[in-house]
Amino acid sequence: MHLETLAHGHSLFHRLDPRGKLAVALAYSLVMATGQSAWAGGAGLGLCLAGCLAARLPGRELLKRLAAVNAFTALLWVMLPWQVYPAGDGWLGLRHHPPGIFLAGMITLKANAIVLGLTLLLATSTVNQVFHALAHWRISPRLLQVFFFFYRYLHVLHREWHRMHQAARARGFQPRTSWHTYRTYAYLTGGLLVRSYDRAQRVYQAMLCRGFQGTYWLLDHFQWQRRDDYFLLWGGLLVALLLVLELAA
Amino acid sequence: MHISEGVLPAATLVAGAALAVGGISLGLRKLDQERLPQVALMAAAFFVASLVNLPAGPARVHLVLNGLLGLLLGWSAFPAIFVALALQALLFSFGGLTTLGISTFNMAFPAVVAHWLCGPWARGGNSQLALVAGFGAGFLGVALSALLVALSLLTAGEDFLGAAHLILAAHLPVMLVEGLVTAAAVAFLRRVRPAMLAWDR
Repeated sequence: MHLETLAHGHSLFHRLDPRGKLAVALAYSLVMATGQSAWAGGAGLGLCLAGCLAARLPGRELLKRLAAVNAFTALLWVMLPWQVYPAGDGWLGLRHHPPGIFLAGMITLKANAIVLGLTLLLATSTVNQVFHALAHWRISPRLLQVFFFFYRYLHVLHREWHRMHQAARARGFQPRTSWHTYRTYAYLTGGLLVRSYDRAQRVYQAMLCRGFQGTYWLLDHFQWQRRDDYFLLWGGLLVALLLVLELAA
Repeated sequence: MHISEGVLPAATLVAGAALAVGGISLGLRKLDQERLPQVALMAAAFFVASLVNLPAGPARVHLVLNGLLGLLLGWSAFPAIFVALALQALLFSFGGLTTLGISTFNMAFPAVVAHWLCGPWARGGNSQLALVAGFGAGFLGVALSALLVALSLLTAGEDFLGAAHLILAAHLPVMLVEGLVTAAAVAFLRRVRPAMLAWDR
Protein backbone atom coordinates (compact mmCIF):
# COMPACT_ATOMS: atom_id res chain seq x y z
CA MET A 1 0.00 0.00 0.00
CA HIS A 2 1.81 3.10 -1.23
CA LEU A 3 -0.09 6.12 -0.06
CA GLU A 4 2.05 9.22 -0.36
CA THR A 5 2.09 9.15 -4.15
CA LEU A 6 2.58 12.88 -4.61
CA ALA A 7 4.67 13.79 -1.57
CA HIS A 8 8.06 13.27 -3.16
CA GLY A 9 9.01 15.88 -5.71
CA HIS A 10 11.27 18.84 -6.14
CA SER A 11 8.89 21.65 -7.01
CA LEU A 12 8.49 24.81 -4.96
CA PHE A 13 5.31 23.39 -3.46
CA HIS A 14 7.16 20.34 -2.20
CA ARG A 15 9.80 22.49 -0.51
CA LEU A 16 7.49 24.98 1.22
CA ASP A 17 7.02 24.80 4.98
CA PRO A 18 3.96 22.62 5.70
CA ARG A 19 2.72 25.11 8.29
CA GLY A 20 2.30 27.82 5.68
CA LYS A 21 0.72 25.40 3.22
CA LEU A 22 -1.73 24.12 5.83
CA ALA A 23 -2.77 27.66 6.80
CA VAL A 24 -3.41 28.65 3.18
CA ALA A 25 -5.20 25.34 2.45
CA LEU A 26 -7.52 25.84 5.40
CA ALA A 27 -8.41 29.43 4.47
CA TYR A 28 -8.89 28.46 0.83
CA SER A 29 -11.18 25.52 1.69
CA LEU A 30 -13.32 27.66 3.96
CA VAL A 31 -13.75 30.44 1.40
CA MET A 32 -14.48 28.04 -1.46
CA ALA A 33 -16.75 25.65 0.43
CA THR A 34 -19.09 28.32 1.76
CA GLY A 35 -19.06 30.58 -1.32
CA GLN A 36 -21.85 30.90 -3.88
CA SER A 37 -20.06 32.68 -6.72
CA ALA A 38 -19.26 30.87 -9.95
CA TRP A 39 -16.54 33.46 -10.68
CA ALA A 40 -14.71 32.68 -7.47
CA GLY A 41 -15.11 28.94 -8.11
CA GLY A 42 -13.71 29.30 -11.62
CA ALA A 43 -10.83 31.48 -10.43
CA GLY A 44 -9.94 29.00 -7.66
CA LEU A 45 -10.09 26.08 -10.08
CA GLY A 46 -7.86 27.92 -12.57
CA LEU A 47 -5.32 28.93 -9.93
CA CYS A 48 -5.02 25.46 -8.45
CA LEU A 49 -4.84 23.80 -11.85
CA ALA A 50 -2.01 26.17 -12.78
CA GLY A 51 -0.31 25.36 -9.47
CA CYS A 52 -0.64 21.60 -10.05
CA LEU A 53 0.88 21.96 -13.52
CA ALA A 54 3.70 24.16 -12.17
CA ALA A 55 4.43 21.56 -9.47
CA ARG A 56 4.51 18.90 -12.21
CA LEU A 57 2.12 16.62 -10.37
CA PRO A 58 1.46 13.49 -12.44
CA GLY A 59 -1.75 13.83 -14.46
CA ARG A 60 -2.89 10.26 -13.82
CA GLU A 61 -2.85 10.79 -10.08
CA LEU A 62 -4.77 14.07 -10.40
CA LEU A 63 -7.38 12.46 -12.65
CA LYS A 64 -7.85 9.62 -10.16
CA ARG A 65 -8.62 12.13 -7.40
CA LEU A 66 -10.96 14.13 -9.60
CA ALA A 67 -12.74 10.92 -10.64
CA ALA A 68 -13.36 10.07 -6.97
CA VAL A 69 -14.97 13.41 -6.16
CA ASN A 70 -16.95 13.50 -9.39
CA ALA A 71 -18.50 10.13 -8.62
CA PHE A 72 -20.34 12.08 -5.94
CA THR A 73 -21.13 15.12 -8.09
CA ALA A 74 -22.43 12.86 -10.87
CA LEU A 75 -25.11 11.74 -8.43
CA LEU A 76 -26.10 15.39 -7.98
CA TRP A 77 -26.30 15.93 -11.74
CA VAL A 78 -28.75 13.05 -11.92
CA MET A 79 -30.81 13.97 -8.88
CA LEU A 80 -30.88 17.77 -8.59
CA PRO A 81 -32.58 18.68 -11.90
CA TRP A 82 -35.66 16.73 -10.78
CA GLN A 83 -38.05 17.50 -7.99
CA VAL A 84 -40.17 14.92 -6.26
CA TYR A 85 -43.87 15.65 -6.50
CA PRO A 86 -46.79 13.83 -4.93
CA ALA A 87 -47.81 10.83 -7.01
CA GLY A 88 -49.63 11.43 -10.28
CA ASP A 89 -48.04 14.78 -11.02
CA GLY A 90 -45.43 14.70 -13.80
CA TRP A 91 -43.47 11.68 -14.98
CA LEU A 92 -43.08 9.11 -12.17
CA GLY A 93 -43.94 11.91 -9.75
CA LEU A 94 -40.82 13.76 -10.91
CA ARG A 95 -40.80 17.16 -12.49
CA HIS A 96 -38.01 18.91 -14.35
CA HIS A 97 -36.44 21.63 -12.24
CA PRO A 98 -33.98 23.72 -14.27
CA PRO A 99 -32.33 25.66 -11.36
CA GLY A 100 -31.10 22.27 -10.13
CA ILE A 101 -28.73 22.07 -13.10
CA PHE A 102 -27.13 25.35 -12.08
CA LEU A 103 -26.81 24.15 -8.48
CA ALA A 104 -25.19 20.88 -9.59
CA GLY A 105 -22.77 22.79 -11.82
CA MET A 106 -21.88 25.15 -8.99
CA ILE A 107 -21.14 22.30 -6.58
CA THR A 108 -19.11 20.42 -9.17
CA LEU A 109 -17.00 23.53 -9.78
CA LYS A 110 -16.36 24.17 -6.08
CA ALA A 111 -15.68 20.52 -5.23
CA ASN A 112 -13.15 20.14 -8.05
CA ALA A 113 -11.47 23.44 -7.14
CA ILE A 114 -11.09 22.32 -3.54
CA VAL A 115 -9.76 18.86 -4.40
CA LEU A 116 -7.12 20.39 -6.67
CA GLY A 117 -6.22 22.93 -3.98
CA LEU A 118 -5.83 20.31 -1.27
CA THR A 119 -3.86 18.08 -3.60
CA LEU A 120 -1.50 20.93 -4.43
CA LEU A 121 -1.04 22.12 -0.86
CA LEU A 122 -1.39 19.04 1.35
CA ALA A 123 -0.60 15.97 -0.74
CA THR A 124 2.79 17.50 -1.63
CA SER A 125 3.89 17.04 2.01
CA THR A 126 4.38 13.70 3.69
CA VAL A 127 1.79 12.82 6.31
CA ASN A 128 4.44 13.02 9.03
CA GLN A 129 5.34 16.55 8.00
CA VAL A 130 1.70 17.56 8.33
CA PHE A 131 1.53 15.93 11.80
CA HIS A 132 4.54 17.87 12.87
CA ALA A 133 3.13 21.09 11.48
CA LEU A 134 0.02 20.48 13.58
CA ALA A 135 2.13 19.64 16.62
CA HIS A 136 3.91 22.98 16.25
CA TRP A 137 0.47 24.60 16.35
CA ARG A 138 -0.23 22.90 19.69
CA ILE A 139 -3.22 20.90 18.48
CA SER A 140 -4.36 18.39 21.16
CA PRO A 141 -1.23 16.24 21.66
CA ARG A 142 -3.27 13.13 22.44
CA LEU A 143 -5.19 13.37 19.20
CA LEU A 144 -1.94 13.73 17.30
CA GLN A 145 -0.51 10.70 19.08
CA VAL A 146 -3.54 8.64 18.02
CA PHE A 147 -2.98 9.93 14.50
CA PHE A 148 0.71 9.07 14.65
CA PHE A 149 0.21 5.45 15.81
CA PHE A 150 -2.69 5.03 13.40
CA TYR A 151 -0.60 6.02 10.41
CA ARG A 152 2.53 4.22 11.60
CA TYR A 153 0.76 0.85 11.90
CA LEU A 154 -1.70 1.22 9.04
CA HIS A 155 0.82 -0.28 6.63
CA VAL A 156 1.75 -3.07 9.02
CA LEU A 157 -1.87 -4.06 9.50
CA HIS A 158 -2.55 -3.83 5.79
CA ARG A 159 0.21 -6.36 5.16
CA GLU A 160 -1.21 -8.56 7.88
CA TRP A 161 -4.67 -8.36 6.29
CA HIS A 162 -3.21 -9.20 2.91
CA ARG A 163 -1.49 -12.27 4.35
CA MET A 164 -4.68 -13.53 6.02
CA HIS A 165 -6.64 -12.90 2.83
CA GLN A 166 -4.07 -14.78 0.74
CA ALA A 167 -4.26 -17.70 3.17
CA ALA A 168 -8.04 -17.81 2.83
CA ARG A 169 -7.76 -17.76 -0.96
CA ALA A 170 -5.12 -20.45 -0.92
CA ARG A 171 -7.66 -22.66 0.85
CA GLY A 172 -10.08 -22.07 -2.01
CA PHE A 173 -12.18 -19.23 -0.58
CA GLN A 174 -14.20 -17.39 -3.20
CA PRO A 175 -16.40 -14.45 -2.23
CA ARG A 176 -20.08 -14.90 -3.11
CA THR A 177 -23.35 -13.57 -1.80
CA SER A 178 -23.57 -16.05 1.01
CA TRP A 179 -23.53 -16.36 4.78
CA HIS A 180 -20.27 -18.28 4.42
CA THR A 181 -18.61 -15.32 2.69
CA TYR A 182 -19.84 -12.81 5.25
CA ARG A 183 -18.79 -15.03 8.12
CA THR A 184 -15.34 -15.50 6.60
CA TYR A 185 -14.86 -11.75 6.23
CA ALA A 186 -16.16 -11.22 9.76
CA TYR A 187 -13.60 -13.70 11.10
CA LEU A 188 -10.83 -12.04 9.07
CA THR A 189 -11.88 -8.67 10.48
CA GLY A 190 -12.07 -10.08 13.99
CA GLY A 191 -8.66 -11.72 13.56
CA LEU A 192 -7.15 -8.46 12.39
CA LEU A 193 -8.67 -6.64 15.37
CA VAL A 194 -7.23 -9.17 17.82
CA ARG A 195 -3.82 -8.83 16.17
CA SER A 196 -3.97 -5.03 16.25
CA TYR A 197 -4.92 -5.11 19.92
CA ASP A 198 -2.08 -7.47 20.81
CA ARG A 199 0.37 -5.48 18.76
CA ALA A 200 -0.65 -2.27 20.53
CA GLN A 201 0.15 -3.95 23.83
CA ARG A 202 3.58 -5.07 22.61
CA VAL A 203 4.28 -1.60 21.19
CA TYR A 204 3.43 -0.02 24.53
CA GLN A 205 5.59 -2.50 26.45
CA ALA A 206 8.50 -1.85 24.09
CA MET A 207 8.06 1.89 24.67
CA LEU A 208 8.17 1.35 28.42
CA CYS A 209 11.33 -0.72 28.06
CA ARG A 210 12.96 2.18 26.27
CA GLY A 211 12.16 4.55 29.11
CA PHE A 212 8.94 6.11 27.80
CA GLN A 213 7.63 8.64 30.30
CA GLY A 214 4.71 10.16 28.44
CA THR A 215 6.56 12.61 26.19
CA TYR A 216 6.57 12.30 22.43
CA TRP A 217 9.57 14.18 21.11
CA LEU A 218 9.39 16.13 17.89
CA LEU A 219 12.26 15.25 15.63
CA ASP A 220 11.49 17.49 12.66
CA HIS A 221 11.89 21.19 13.20
CA PHE A 222 11.05 23.08 10.08
CA GLN A 223 13.09 26.04 9.00
CA TRP A 224 10.77 28.90 8.12
CA GLN A 225 12.42 30.65 5.19
CA ARG A 226 12.04 33.76 3.12
CA ARG A 227 10.13 31.82 0.42
CA ASP A 228 7.56 30.75 3.03
CA ASP A 229 6.93 34.39 3.86
CA TYR A 230 6.33 35.11 0.19
CA PHE A 231 4.11 32.06 -0.17
CA LEU A 232 2.01 33.04 2.84
CA LEU A 233 1.73 36.59 1.52
CA TRP A 234 0.72 35.56 -2.01
CA GLY A 235 -1.48 32.71 -0.87
CA GLY A 236 -3.22 35.02 1.60
CA LEU A 237 -3.72 37.68 -1.07
CA LEU A 238 -5.19 35.22 -3.56
CA VAL A 239 -7.57 33.78 -0.96
CA ALA A 240 -8.58 37.35 -0.04
CA LEU A 241 -9.19 38.02 -3.73
CA LEU A 242 -11.45 34.96 -3.94
CA LEU A 243 -13.28 36.22 -0.86
CA VAL A 244 -13.80 39.61 -2.53
CA LEU A 245 -15.19 37.86 -5.61
CA GLU A 246 -17.59 35.95 -3.32
CA LEU A 247 -18.73 39.06 -1.51
CA ALA A 248 -19.18 40.99 -4.74
CA ALA A 249 -21.50 38.28 -6.08
CA MET B 1 -20.29 7.96 3.30
CA HIS B 2 -18.81 11.27 2.35
CA ILE B 3 -20.44 14.51 1.39
CA SER B 4 -18.14 16.38 -0.94
CA GLU B 5 -17.08 19.90 -0.13
CA GLY B 6 -19.08 22.82 -1.44
CA VAL B 7 -22.49 21.27 -0.75
CA LEU B 8 -23.32 21.98 2.86
CA PRO B 9 -24.06 25.48 4.21
CA ALA B 10 -21.70 27.11 6.71
CA ALA B 11 -24.10 26.62 9.64
CA THR B 12 -24.15 22.83 9.14
CA LEU B 13 -20.36 22.69 8.83
CA VAL B 14 -19.88 24.69 12.04
CA ALA B 15 -22.45 22.63 13.95
CA GLY B 16 -20.85 19.40 12.71
CA ALA B 17 -17.38 20.58 13.70
CA ALA B 18 -18.57 21.58 17.18
CA LEU B 19 -20.28 18.21 17.74
CA ALA B 20 -17.21 16.37 16.48
CA VAL B 21 -14.88 18.34 18.75
CA GLY B 22 -17.14 17.51 21.71
CA GLY B 23 -17.21 13.80 20.84
CA ILE B 24 -13.47 13.63 20.20
CA SER B 25 -12.59 15.28 23.51
CA LEU B 26 -14.94 12.89 25.35
CA GLY B 27 -13.31 9.98 23.56
CA LEU B 28 -9.78 11.20 24.30
CA ARG B 29 -10.49 11.87 27.97
CA LYS B 30 -10.96 8.15 28.55
CA LEU B 31 -7.57 7.29 27.05
CA ASP B 32 -4.53 6.82 29.23
CA GLN B 33 -1.02 6.20 27.89
CA GLU B 34 -1.60 2.47 27.61
CA ARG B 35 -4.96 2.61 25.85
CA LEU B 36 -3.95 5.26 23.36
CA PRO B 37 -1.97 2.92 21.06
CA GLN B 38 -4.79 0.37 21.36
CA VAL B 39 -7.36 2.80 20.00
CA ALA B 40 -5.01 3.93 17.25
CA LEU B 41 -4.13 0.42 16.11
CA MET B 42 -7.72 -0.79 16.26
CA ALA B 43 -8.68 2.27 14.19
CA ALA B 44 -6.04 1.22 11.66
CA ALA B 45 -7.43 -2.34 11.61
CA PHE B 46 -10.92 -0.99 10.97
CA PHE B 47 -9.60 1.23 8.21
CA VAL B 48 -7.91 -1.71 6.50
CA ALA B 49 -10.94 -3.99 6.87
CA SER B 50 -13.29 -1.35 5.47
CA LEU B 51 -11.25 -1.11 2.26
CA VAL B 52 -12.70 -4.44 1.21
CA ASN B 53 -15.84 -4.66 -0.84
CA LEU B 54 -18.13 -7.65 -0.56
CA PRO B 55 -20.51 -9.15 -3.08
CA ALA B 56 -24.20 -8.49 -2.36
CA GLY B 57 -26.25 -9.96 -5.20
CA PRO B 58 -25.19 -8.31 -8.46
CA ALA B 59 -23.57 -5.31 -6.73
CA ARG B 60 -20.62 -4.96 -4.38
CA VAL B 61 -20.82 -3.11 -1.09
CA HIS B 62 -18.19 -1.46 1.02
CA LEU B 63 -18.16 -2.32 4.69
CA VAL B 64 -18.44 0.70 6.97
CA LEU B 65 -17.94 -1.22 10.23
CA ASN B 66 -18.84 1.75 12.43
CA GLY B 67 -21.29 -0.39 14.43
CA LEU B 68 -18.56 -2.88 15.37
CA LEU B 69 -16.12 -0.04 16.04
CA GLY B 70 -18.65 1.56 18.39
CA LEU B 71 -19.32 -1.74 20.19
CA LEU B 72 -15.62 -2.07 20.97
CA LEU B 73 -14.51 1.51 21.54
CA GLY B 74 -17.53 3.48 22.80
CA TRP B 75 -16.81 7.21 22.78
CA SER B 76 -13.28 6.53 21.56
CA ALA B 77 -14.94 5.78 18.21
CA PHE B 78 -14.87 9.56 17.69
CA PRO B 79 -11.07 9.98 17.60
CA ALA B 80 -10.73 6.65 15.75
CA ILE B 81 -13.06 7.73 12.94
CA PHE B 82 -11.65 11.25 12.90
CA VAL B 83 -8.08 10.09 12.22
CA ALA B 84 -9.27 7.80 9.43
CA LEU B 85 -11.22 10.59 7.72
CA ALA B 86 -8.41 13.12 8.25
CA LEU B 87 -5.96 10.75 6.59
CA GLN B 88 -8.24 10.40 3.58
CA ALA B 89 -8.49 14.18 3.34
CA LEU B 90 -4.71 14.59 3.58
CA LEU B 91 -3.65 11.82 1.25
CA PHE B 92 -6.42 11.53 -1.29
CA SER B 93 -8.02 14.98 -0.93
CA PHE B 94 -11.12 12.86 -0.38
CA GLY B 95 -13.88 14.31 1.78
CA GLY B 96 -11.94 17.48 2.43
CA LEU B 97 -11.12 19.67 5.40
CA THR B 98 -14.32 21.64 5.89
CA THR B 99 -16.55 18.55 5.99
CA LEU B 100 -14.26 16.68 8.39
CA GLY B 101 -16.33 17.64 11.44
CA ILE B 102 -19.76 16.79 10.10
CA SER B 103 -18.54 13.54 8.50
CA THR B 104 -16.89 12.46 11.75
CA PHE B 105 -20.10 13.09 13.65
CA ASN B 106 -22.28 11.36 11.04
CA MET B 107 -20.22 8.18 11.33
CA ALA B 108 -19.13 8.23 14.98
CA PHE B 109 -22.38 9.17 16.71
CA PRO B 110 -24.19 6.07 15.36
CA ALA B 111 -21.21 4.05 16.61
CA VAL B 112 -21.72 5.41 20.12
CA VAL B 113 -25.47 4.74 19.89
CA ALA B 114 -24.72 1.15 18.88
CA HIS B 115 -22.46 0.90 21.91
CA TRP B 116 -25.19 2.08 24.30
CA LEU B 117 -28.04 0.07 22.80
CA CYS B 118 -26.38 -3.18 21.75
CA GLY B 119 -23.22 -3.29 23.87
CA PRO B 120 -24.73 -4.83 27.02
CA TRP B 121 -26.35 -7.67 25.03
CA ALA B 122 -23.26 -8.26 22.88
CA ARG B 123 -21.19 -8.73 26.05
CA GLY B 124 -23.91 -10.55 28.00
CA GLY B 125 -24.17 -14.24 28.89
CA ASN B 126 -26.68 -15.29 26.21
CA SER B 127 -24.86 -16.02 22.96
CA GLN B 128 -28.08 -16.06 20.87
CA LEU B 129 -28.93 -12.58 22.10
CA ALA B 130 -25.34 -11.49 21.44
CA LEU B 131 -25.75 -12.47 17.77
CA VAL B 132 -28.92 -10.40 17.55
CA ALA B 133 -27.20 -7.48 19.28
CA GLY B 134 -24.27 -7.74 16.86
CA PHE B 135 -26.64 -7.67 13.90
CA GLY B 136 -28.43 -4.71 15.47
CA ALA B 137 -25.19 -2.80 16.01
CA GLY B 138 -24.02 -3.29 12.41
CA PHE B 139 -27.44 -2.50 10.95
CA LEU B 140 -27.98 0.52 13.19
CA GLY B 141 -24.51 1.95 12.60
CA VAL B 142 -25.04 2.16 8.84
CA ALA B 143 -28.73 3.05 9.03
CA LEU B 144 -28.23 5.97 11.41
CA SER B 145 -25.20 7.18 9.45
CA ALA B 146 -27.15 7.15 6.19
CA LEU B 147 -29.97 8.99 7.94
CA LEU B 148 -27.61 11.64 9.34
CA VAL B 149 -25.96 12.10 5.94
CA ALA B 150 -29.40 12.50 4.34
CA LEU B 151 -30.44 15.02 7.01
CA SER B 152 -27.18 16.96 6.56
CA LEU B 153 -27.90 17.14 2.83
CA LEU B 154 -31.39 18.44 3.51
CA THR B 155 -29.94 21.38 5.47
CA ALA B 156 -28.53 22.51 2.10
CA GLY B 157 -32.06 22.98 0.79
CA GLU B 158 -35.07 21.03 -0.49
CA ASP B 159 -33.35 20.56 -3.84
CA PHE B 160 -31.47 17.71 -2.19
CA LEU B 161 -34.59 15.74 -1.24
CA GLY B 162 -34.11 13.34 -4.15
CA ALA B 163 -30.44 12.77 -3.40
CA ALA B 164 -31.24 12.20 0.28
CA HIS B 165 -33.82 9.52 -0.63
CA LEU B 166 -31.35 7.88 -2.96
CA ILE B 167 -28.67 7.70 -0.26
CA LEU B 168 -31.06 5.98 2.14
CA ALA B 169 -32.21 3.51 -0.51
CA ALA B 170 -28.67 2.75 -1.70
CA HIS B 171 -27.59 1.89 1.85
CA LEU B 172 -30.34 -0.68 2.48
CA PRO B 173 -28.25 -3.63 1.21
CA VAL B 174 -25.22 -2.27 3.06
CA MET B 175 -27.20 -2.29 6.32
CA LEU B 176 -28.08 -5.96 5.90
CA VAL B 177 -24.57 -7.10 4.94
CA GLU B 178 -23.08 -4.98 7.69
CA GLY B 179 -25.49 -6.48 10.22
CA LEU B 180 -24.56 -10.04 9.22
CA VAL B 181 -20.81 -9.34 9.26
CA THR B 182 -20.98 -7.55 12.61
CA ALA B 183 -23.03 -10.39 14.15
CA ALA B 184 -20.43 -12.96 13.03
CA ALA B 185 -17.56 -10.74 14.21
CA VAL B 186 -19.16 -10.41 17.65
CA ALA B 187 -19.54 -14.19 17.84
CA PHE B 188 -15.86 -14.54 16.87
CA LEU B 189 -14.64 -12.04 19.46
CA ARG B 190 -16.78 -13.63 22.20
CA ARG B 191 -15.04 -16.92 21.59
CA VAL B 192 -11.51 -15.66 20.91
CA ARG B 193 -11.08 -12.51 22.99
CA PRO B 194 -14.12 -11.59 25.12
CA ALA B 195 -12.03 -8.98 26.98
CA MET B 196 -11.97 -6.82 23.85
CA LEU B 197 -15.77 -6.52 23.86
CA ALA B 198 -15.52 -5.18 27.42
CA TRP B 199 -12.70 -2.79 26.52
CA ASP B 200 -14.74 0.32 27.24
CA ARG B 201 -16.20 -0.84 30.54
